[in-house]
Amino acid sequence: MGRKIDPTNKVKRGPGRKARKQKGAETELAKFITDDEPKKLSSRAKKRAFKRTQVTVKPKEEKQPKKGFSDENSEWLTPAKRKRKLEQSEGDEDSDSQWEDEEDLDEEEKEEVEANEDEDDDGDMVDDYGAMEDSSEAEEAEGADSEEEELLPIERAARKQKKMQKATTQEEDEDDDDDDEEEEEDEEDDDEESEDEKMDDKEDEDDTIQMNLDGVDKFKLPGASEREKEELVPLDLQSIHQRIKDNVDVLSHFSEKREEGKERTEYLSLLKSDMCTYYSYNPFLMGKLMDLFPHSELVDFLEANEIQRPVTIRTNTLKTRRRDLAQALINRGVNLDPLGKWSKVGLVIFDSSVPIGATPEYLAGHYMLQGASSLLPVMALSPQEGETVLDMSSAPGGKTTYMAQLMRNTGVIIANDASADRLKSVVGNIHRLGVTNSIICNYDGRQFPKVMGGFDRVLLDAPCSGTGVISKDPAVKTSKDDSDIQRSAHLQKELILAAIDSVNAESQTGGYLVYCTCSIMVEENEWVVDYALKKRNVKLVPTGLDFGKEGFTRFKEKRFHPSLKLTRRFYPHSHNMDGFFVAKLKKFSNTIPTAPADQKEEEEPAEEETPVASEEPSKNSKPAKSKPQQKNKSPSQEKTETKQTSKTISDSKTTEKVVSKNKPAVKSKKLKDDGPKQKKIARMDEEDSKQDKKTKEKLLKVSKVDEETSKKSEAGKKEESLLTKTNKNKKKLLQKKSRMGKNKFKTLKKMLKKQESGL
Amino acid sequence: MCHSFALTAHVPQLCTHCACATVLRQCSHVLYTVLAAPLIPCVSLFLSISAGSLIINLVIMRPLTDEETKTMFEKLSKYIGENIKLLIDRPDGTYCFRLHHDRVYYISEKMLKMATNISRDKLVSVGTCFGKFTKTQKFRLHITALDFLAPYAKYKVWVKPGAEQSYLYGNHIMKSGLGRITENTAQYQGVVVYSMADVPLGFGVAAKNTQECRKVDPMSIVVFHQADVGEYIRCEDTLT
Repeated sequence: MGRKIDPTNKVKRGPGRKARKQKGAETELAKFITDDEPKKLSSRAKKRAFKRTQVTVKPKEEKQPKKGFSDENSEWLTPAKRKRKLEQSEGDEDSDSQWEDEEDLDEEEKEEVEANEDEDDDGDMVDDYGAMEDSSEAEEAEGADSEEEELLPIERAARKQKKMQKATTQEEDEDDDDDDEEEEEDEEDDDEESEDEKMDDKEDEDDTIQMNLDGVDKFKLPGASEREKEELVPLDLQSIHQRIKDNVDVLSHFSEKREEGKERTEYLSLLKSDMCTYYSYNPFLMGKLMDLFPHSELVDFLEANEIQRPVTIRTNTLKTRRRDLAQALINRGVNLDPLGKWSKVGLVIFDSSVPIGATPEYLAGHYMLQGASSLLPVMALSPQEGETVLDMSSAPGGKTTYMAQLMRNTGVIIANDASADRLKSVVGNIHRLGVTNSIICNYDGRQFPKVMGGFDRVLLDAPCSGTGVISKDPAVKTSKDDSDIQRSAHLQKELILAAIDSVNAESQTGGYLVYCTCSIMVEENEWVVDYALKKRNVKLVPTGLDFGKEGFTRFKEKRFHPSLKLTRRFYPHSHNMDGFFVAKLKKFSNTIPTAPADQKEEEEPAEEETPVASEEPSKNSKPAKSKPQQKNKSPSQEKTETKQTSKTISDSKTTEKVVSKNKPAVKSKKLKDDGPKQKKIARMDEEDSKQDKKTKEKLLKVSKVDEETSKKSEAGKKEESLLTKTNKNKKKLLQKKSRMGKNKFKTLKKMLKKQESGL
Repeated sequence: MCHSFALTAHVPQLCTHCACATVLRQCSHVLYTVLAAPLIPCVSLFLSISAGSLIINLVIMRPLTDEETKTMFEKLSKYIGENIKLLIDRPDGTYCFRLHHDRVYYISEKMLKMATNISRDKLVSVGTCFGKFTKTQKFRLHITALDFLAPYAKYKVWVKPGAEQSYLYGNHIMKSGLGRITENTAQYQGVVVYSMADVPLGFGVAAKNTQECRKVDPMSIVVFHQADVGEYIRCEDTLT
């Protein structure tokens, strides 16, 4: 009496249709409502559920004709389609797109077939929902926090049913007997239903759903008293989860769904605290993530961090081939698939009856356990045979060995790592995989240009905060704060400069550096690369990876070079690999651009020392303070200059060196970069020369002189070099600062006039 | 100066590689002429070099002394016989052995030049480590040398799939696990152990010669374990 099923409709669900009995609303509804949904659905969830009911009917109905062809559709539903689908599913390997195509095909076919029947089926389902809703009104749900929202299909169902049957009271009585899965608490439901009845007559069901949403589904922010209650007795996780979803929904349709008088910031702060509680993050990191991702994507990201990424291995092509290895592992009982179209050596392991890290093939060095994201930087670097390559941060050796196999054991690879303990794993892996062209050393990466330079390619997998690999190390969620990120960023900047100086720009085949991190923070990725672009003669080139998100060219208040678009970001939720960032840089000149003030000083020694860049943290301040003797040295200035410059260059930062040949180019660069660089250098000037005003003034003089003479010929430069003092102080200070503020400029002008008059 | 050797019933030969005036200790090729002769424990054949070579600086990566070279080559020749010269003269360049922190590394000369840039205490490993010298100057061959021994191995042993795991855990091979063995294997001959799929698993010493292997009962040991690839996991720390 309650549920009336149109006998002309073919209810094709499950086996034994004839024997099918009405089993009650719960079981019926369970087929329409997916298991993913919690009992309390947000407005968006209701929409989705509605859509799902539209779609799910089709595949179910499709499958049956395919199987038995007992349907009337068997005439024109040919088996060829099924075969095509099967072939597609078997032929392709693991690409998601292939599965999506299949689904699209399915949906298309279903749409063709079942157009008419869908509506009726929806009606049937609507009946169930309607029944549910009516019955649930009588019951009160707990609902600790905000008011719960109704199911859209329930409303539709209710309205339709009322239309069709016009016996609401009878239905309600009968439906009350049914079991109730859904929890409804709102008194508004009654009001809404009355409204619905009025609306139904006039508008489409879809429109009324939308209207109902506006009227009904308001996510209310908890007030102060409720918050206090929560602090005493925390909410259960499920309700927090629901509140997060509701909040995200409201924020995405803010103008429509907001509560009057409540600001967006309140919603945001509630969302942040809820997500911190639910996913166990500390507020700092959560704030950073909220800046990076839009809210819905953020939820996906956080969910992806809770589960492990699939285990992947890399075939060692020095010893075996991928298909042979796959065959051998399958024989041992491992379930695997090729990694994707983008990799020829990767395999992803679904499950295995033997430990993957202990098979005889592993011990014989046929493969290596490695994350899929770690294959990317080496693919971007693509070292060629016979090259000299440096891996600055190589532990545990996965990327090093991949490079070696790409180079076929020719050339030389220097595998460096700052941690001696972790180097043992590098040694082990290198020997196990049969790499013979490697040298393993234990330096701090920042020292590397001094030790050796002139590499064809360099790979820098910088130590980072690890925010991309939270799934591997959940401790990152709570342990990272601002100082950690800043410290990492500082180290990475030093390392990338050292790496750039180790590359030989004139290499025949290379001159490339790949910088990568397993972090998603902009401070550690784009900012560091942008810093390198400003400080050295490098440019970004395409990585060669055609998938992945482009890097940011602007972020909050920061603005980066537009070529940052060529870098790539990878996320766990969108690419199913660890969070990663890859940037490929090409060095086009071995010279190191200096600040404009330092240009003249560095003429002579610059030529000698270009290949050996010295990029250590500046020790300028110490010698600068010790030698303020500018005025006394006139005749021997040139000689002492060279000596001192050579000394200072070895100690100071790289900004000092300019090859005379490249001066015009450098100068032009400096002129272009006058604006922002000057400000920075001015600030640095102030900091450094606080103690020694005289030297500061002298430096200002010099720098001023340098600036003026930068436009002149080299002869002018010589004069200026004479003027510029040979003191280490000056040079070092000058190295840092080529710009000055207004007052300094004025003082310099005065000094110059004096000098000129004196000369 | 090059040194000539007096072998029993053999014409003394000059080292074919250092016909130029190189110091002997830098020429590790000297032995290859010696080993061209049938293998005799050729202990008495080496002449001592200038005293300079005897001053051993343990930290510096240095060429092997004669005695060390002799010891090591003896050990290697147990497994690969006179094919040692193939290790030194390779089509892609000349390779040599160097000693660093008591370990012997096998590297090409091109790599040697690059490695000299790195300071001794920071250098961890170069090329391939073949083994190490113990405190009493005995040479112990590591599993890391397997890739170079396996292709030139003279005597091979194949292990059945069931006994693979046991061998990889460091146990000796019993007759029941023995799949195949090359003919004419002498007792206490160095052998390289393979799986039935021809994947090298390690090396050992034959406990019995081929004839006896056929007769002996299934639970007796036929190959003594010396090194196996399982050590990459079990003894990761000692590889460095």
